[in-house]
Amino acid sequence: MSLALLERSPDAATRLKVVDCDIHPTFRAESQILPFLPARWREHLLTYRRNVRQGLHGALTHTRMQVNRIDAVTPDGGPPGSDVNFMRSHRLDANNVEWGLLQSLSPAAHAERNLEFGAALATANNEWQIAEWIDKEPRLRGAIQVTQEDPEAAVREIERHAADRRFVQVSMSPRANEPLGRRRYWPIYEACERHGLPIGLHVPGFGSGYASTPAGWPSFYLEEHQTFAYIIMGVFTSMVLEGVFERFKGLKLVLIEGGFAWVPPLAWRLDKHWQRMRGEVLHLKRPPSEYIREHIWYTTQPMEEPERPEDLVRIIEWIGWDRLLFSTDYPHWDFDDPKTVFRVKLTDAQKRMIFSENAKRVYRLG
Amino acid sequence: MAQRHVVAKLGEIAPGTSKLVAVAGREVGIFNLDGAFYAILSKCPHEGASLCKGKIVRRVESDEPGRYRVVPGSEMIRCPWHGWQYDIRTGRSWCDPDNIALRQYAVEVESGERILAGPYVAETYPVSVEESYLVVEI
Amino acid sequence: MRVPFQGAIDCDVHVAVPSLRVLAPYLDDYWRERYELQQLDRLDLSLTSYPPTAPLSGRPDWRPKEGPPGSDLKLMQREALDWFGSRYAILNCVWGAQALFAEDMAAALCRAANDWIADEWLDHDPRLRASIVVPSQNPDLAAEEIERRARDPRFVQVLVLAGLDMPLGRRLYWPIHRAAEKHGLPLGIHAGSTYRHPPSSSGFPSFLLEDYVSNTQLFAAQVASLVSEGVFAKFPALKVVLIESGFTWLPAFAWKFNKTWRGVRAEVPWVAEPPFDVIRKHVRLTIQPADAPDDPAQVATLIEQLGCDDMLLFATDFPHWQFDGDDVLPPGLSAPLLQKILVDNPLATYTRLKEKVA
Repeated sequence: MSLALLERSPDAATRLKVVDCDIHPTFRAESQILPFLPARWREHLLTYRRNVRQGLHGALTHTRMQVNRIDAVTPDGGPPGSDVNFMRSHRLDANNVEWGLLQSLSPAAHAERNLEFGAALATANNEWQIAEWIDKEPRLRGAIQVTQEDPEAAVREIERHAADRRFVQVSMSPRANEPLGRRRYWPIYEACERHGLPIGLHVPGFGSGYASTPAGWPSFYLEEHQTFAYIIMGVFTSMVLEGVFERFKGLKLVLIEGGFAWVPPLAWRLDKHWQRMRGEVLHLKRPPSEYIREHIWYTTQPMEEPERPEDLVRIIEWIGWDRLLFSTDYPHWDFDDPKTVFRVKLTDAQKRMIFSENAKRVYRLG
Repeated sequence: MAQRHVVAKLGEIAPGTSKLVAVAGREVGIFNLDGAFYAILSKCPHEGASLCKGKIVRRVESDEPGRYRVVPGSEMIRCPWHGWQYDIRTGRSWCDPDNIALRQYAVEVESGERILAGPYVAETYPVSVEESYLVVEI
Repeated sequence: MRVPFQGAIDCDVHVAVPSLRVLAPYLDDYWRERYELQQLDRLDLSLTSYPPTAPLSGRPDWRPKEGPPGSDLKLMQREALDWFGSRYAILNCVWGAQALFAEDMAAALCRAANDWIADEWLDHDPRLRASIVVPSQNPDLAAEEIERRARDPRFVQVLVLAGLDMPLGRRLYWPIHRAAEKHGLPLGIHAGSTYRHPPSSSGFPSFLLEDYVSNTQLFAAQVASLVSEGVFAKFPALKVVLIESGFTWLPAFAWKFNKTWRGVRAEVPWVAEPPFDVIRKHVRLTIQPADAPDDPAQVATLIEQLGCDDMLLFATDFPHWQFDGDDVLPPGLSAPLLQKILVDNPLATYTRLKEKVA
């Protein structure tokens, strides 16, 4: 029986040092957030729970077929991603990770309808990242969580941590209440630009309450998994067409866990229809693809797997080798392994860029 | 050249369970399905995960949308990473059975007496004449 | 590039209902009274997705002197049918009846529109064929309308908007799929939305340009739904045509769809082969807008990535403004592929084109 489809040449593997731009730390139990909340909000959480825009406050409404890598359960049976020591050995050492960028998805401060509580959750999350992760492991780097629906509070939170260089980006939700290009969010971009902090947008499980696809809510996780790309595509389009990059010329945007093979077709489509309808967006001075090429980066996971592996190289050529940042999504099930994820041969220079140099430049690591 | 390796006592792997062994530098999963033994290389051909850390599931078929039917005797090992499933009896993947499959090894039951007569590789496994053992050819 | 020979089949030409006034003769007594009472002749049923005055909705040289683009038969005959030498053209009426909430009213308007299309368009040019506009708000009423109009072999497709109340694979919609399959009618899904759901999961964007570009996500979600829900397992003869969808997005979408399916296949065991293979068997796409770069080699690569010569269907998208001059086709298409796109694929998709018309 042939195994040719998945055989990889040893060249495709890497022993390079890796910057992993998407690692998920998680709470061992919800109670872990409590010490980081003021008494008023501790009481609130325990009494009123989370007020979110979906029917379940403590679970996702599309249940995952599998949430995590089964082998990422901690040695004492804790949730994957909940133990800094195990993350050190299982993830950072095992994959030669030089820097690991944390993406904390819980307690999903951005999705809280009570804005004041949301801001308290974001603050608590940031304090927890410091105390439990980045104080304990020097290779880890944090993302400043903000509640984008209250831009003033978001800017305050950015100011609180901007001087701590262990926070390397600002994390907003791409499932915001309005498309992220809209002006209500611009004060956040102004603060990010001022501090040289990229915006990192990671797809969350829930948020605005709007359907995860423009066609409405899908039934199956198989479909919901595809929406990660649609959600990111919507934000991408909004940020470009609203003129965010015309106004904030130093702003850097990193799109996390949306894949990237969709980028060339969407950029062509934007350019083509912009030619026809540019009268509607007179604030744009250049074709959309030029802003895209200068301001946007993409993490690699979940990497699309073209039927002809060499098509991946064509797609990266179109996007730019300097635009991709390697990520694993550890410990989630749809994790990509740096040693095997590329089914095509990359040059040493290309590998260095994707696995390390691009991220170091964007996030000013080191 | 293939060698025969003693990997377990006969009674050690009960029906419906498995054992992960290291043989000739490889991780090999030994499965007991209804009394018959199967051995597979415990390495997912997709991204190299240690397969036997995954769960054993059965194949699901459907006569029409909305109807689920679990097929008896169709045990598959589900990769702990990306969930690819492999038929333990045939080694074939569920997602692309013609192109993606696991390496399988022959498993035989041998008496301790015969094993001690050679030419088996017992590695660190103690063998006694009174018992029977599972032997994998690699 | 231009159409290299006569006899192509144009799978997307737009016909516009100029005003509800033209439909009055096709309404029954009840709706004629309502028509007068509610002054329905003043009701503007043009879609938010396609304002008639927007550049996209009408190429400057394809706009009639009066009325919305696509409302002038003579102009269409001259500029679309004669000019491109088409053997057939399929009329798609992309229109607001599907956006109304009252489903009985929507059904009455769709019946009237289909009858008007038969009388005022199909009867006037033997090259014209049309799609059945259906009240997708209520799939049972939609299936009734399919049954009623399917008797006329000049209706070759069922037409819905891409953005409806729910994803089209949902079992609620199966009466439509069942009726379409029964009569050999592909389900045509046209760009545009009723906006029951916003174009992005963070709500409504600011610009029409954004909405239009976001049709990509809308089409992708519909394909994901149709495949995942098992519509093609249940209705194996059904074809779906994505109209005005662009096609360059499809490979990237389908690769990821395949990748996820490999891990979660047990959730949808009726999807018994990789989704991209299902798509290749059942899904077709019209070729305008192409959304491809100008480099012929890049277009050729994109077509190779589709991995199937049966999927693309020739369309001018008349009178929408997707291209200038005569270059209706993207560059880089080989002669055998052109034959498929221009003639063979449309004939294989719209099997009713082979039927004799009385």
